[in-house]
Amino acid sequence: MITADRKPFEEIKESVKNYKKIMVLGCETCVAVCQAGGEKEVEILASELRLAFGNEGNKVEVSEELVVRQCDDEFMADPAFLERVKEADIILSIACGVGVQHSCNYFNRVITDKPIRVIPGLNTTFMGANIDVGLWEERCLGCGDCVLEKTGGICPITRCAKSLLNGPCGGSSDGKCEINKDTDCAWHLIVERLEALGELDRIKPVELFKDWRPSHSGGPRKRLREDLRI
Amino acid sequence: MKSGSNLEKLLEKGEFVVTGELGPPKGTDAEAVKKKAAMLKGNVDSVNITDNQTAIVRMSSIAASKILIDEGVEPNMQMVARDRNRIAMMSDLFGATALGIKNMLCLSGDHQSFGNHPEAKNVFDIDSIQMIYMVKTMRDEKKVICGDEIEGDFQMFIGAACNPFADPFQYRVHRLAKKVEAGVDFIQTQCIYDMKRFKEFMKQVVDMGLHEKCKILAGVTPLKSVGMARYMAANVSGIIIPEEMIERIKGAGKGNAATEGIKILCEQMQELKEMEGIAGIHLMAIEWEHRVGEIMEMAGMLPRPTV
Repeated sequence: MITADRKPFEEIKESVKNYKKIMVLGCETCVAVCQAGGEKEVEILASELRLAFGNEGNKVEVSEELVVRQCDDEFMADPAFLERVKEADIILSIACGVGVQHSCNYFNRVITDKPIRVIPGLNTTFMGANIDVGLWEERCLGCGDCVLEKTGGICPITRCAKSLLNGPCGGSSDGKCEINKDTDCAWHLIVERLEALGELDRIKPVELFKDWRPSHSGGPRKRLREDLRI
Repeated sequence: MKSGSNLEKLLEKGEFVVTGELGPPKGTDAEAVKKKAAMLKGNVDSVNITDNQTAIVRMSSIAASKILIDEGVEPNMQMVARDRNRIAMMSDLFGATALGIKNMLCLSGDHQSFGNHPEAKNVFDIDSIQMIYMVKTMRDEKKVICGDEIEGDFQMFIGAACNPFADPFQYRVHRLAKKVEAGVDFIQTQCIYDMKRFKEFMKQVVDMGLHEKCKILAGVTPLKSVGMARYMAANVSGIIIPEEMIERIKGAGKGNAATEGIKILCEQMQELKEMEGIAGIHLMAIEWEHRVGEIMEMAGMLPRPTV
């Protein structure tokens, strides 16, 4: 899933302070699961804004909205919803960066008589897993050429601070990464996992240069499935 | 000959070599480089020029290496994977060769979070082992990675680092084997203080015959004080300093700590010289270049051999 954190309240407040009709728009998918942009978070942020502006005597109208996914047209197509979007001065989206961009694009495509302003209320962080209660960790960088088959199911591109393909480097100590003691050394984990599987030989040959073209290095990516377009 | 450097020739001849280390200044002062070079000249066989070590911005290793060449000291140019992609690396290697640099050390590089620009974006397009393979291909096949021919000559004596004190210990020798497979000519190890663990490591190296496929230089650094020893043990990743060594420096008394540190170092150098599979010493006297002559004299390793 995609994880995100709410921006500091002062930053959010600053970015919406010049508008009278603010719509806080949540997203019920990834950011709801990581408790940054779901129904509850929409409610909390809207209340905080009302309170903060109210205390300053600034009369603003803060509305609350929620869609299933801001990264898909079909969940935002309701005409009544689009009418409310049009009435707002600003949409404060608390979806991930994909949702912010996509909802903005969509609104401006379907609402043609007024430009729609959409700004982010979250900082999108990573693609990760829910490791424990209240704990998420990054697991995939989306490099476009998965190596997990060779590395015992532990990604060195994502989880090694240097993305080494022939690790571990000399900074690995007691199973921890040199960058800090709270970060596991991915290569230590890989060696241990492969040893347990009796497959340590898999990482003994030199792994040659990675082709980064399928990753973001090749430029913004597109995925086209012709079979789905018919 | 791979590059015909002094270091390569001495190792080929079977001489027990000693390499030194020089950290370029945090600025443009060429005189500072020349001053340090003069302290090392004649006392070591080749000098490592660090590449923005601990991710702190310094004069480039290529430029400082060229200054050393002009001073009559042979450099061993370090190159880290942190700051350059493969395009920049190969380009810099062409330039380095054109300037007369004949030795290099392929390194991953300390993470930028250690340095003075932790906000920087790192590169890590290729890793240190891939870098070895890249340079070997450039040298032996006269081709860049994509297969294009290199115009002109490209020669390099290829070095890399090895840290026997990092974890997981049991895998360390296999990682060294990967560097050998990639085509490394010589290895310089991390600073050795824990001789017991190093001996254990070298036994594995010798059992696998790796010492016959590359030259291994044992890394040493003098301990200047108890404070330095404690700091290094706690803060420098992959460094283990046995407590009895720290106690020995402590026991020498405040004014004598440095002398005791040098004494320990000389004993280590002698022990390493006798060790099977060790072809030389890499003496990292960080900001202590002025005492390298004295250390080498005490260790009985002067004058340096010639080819």
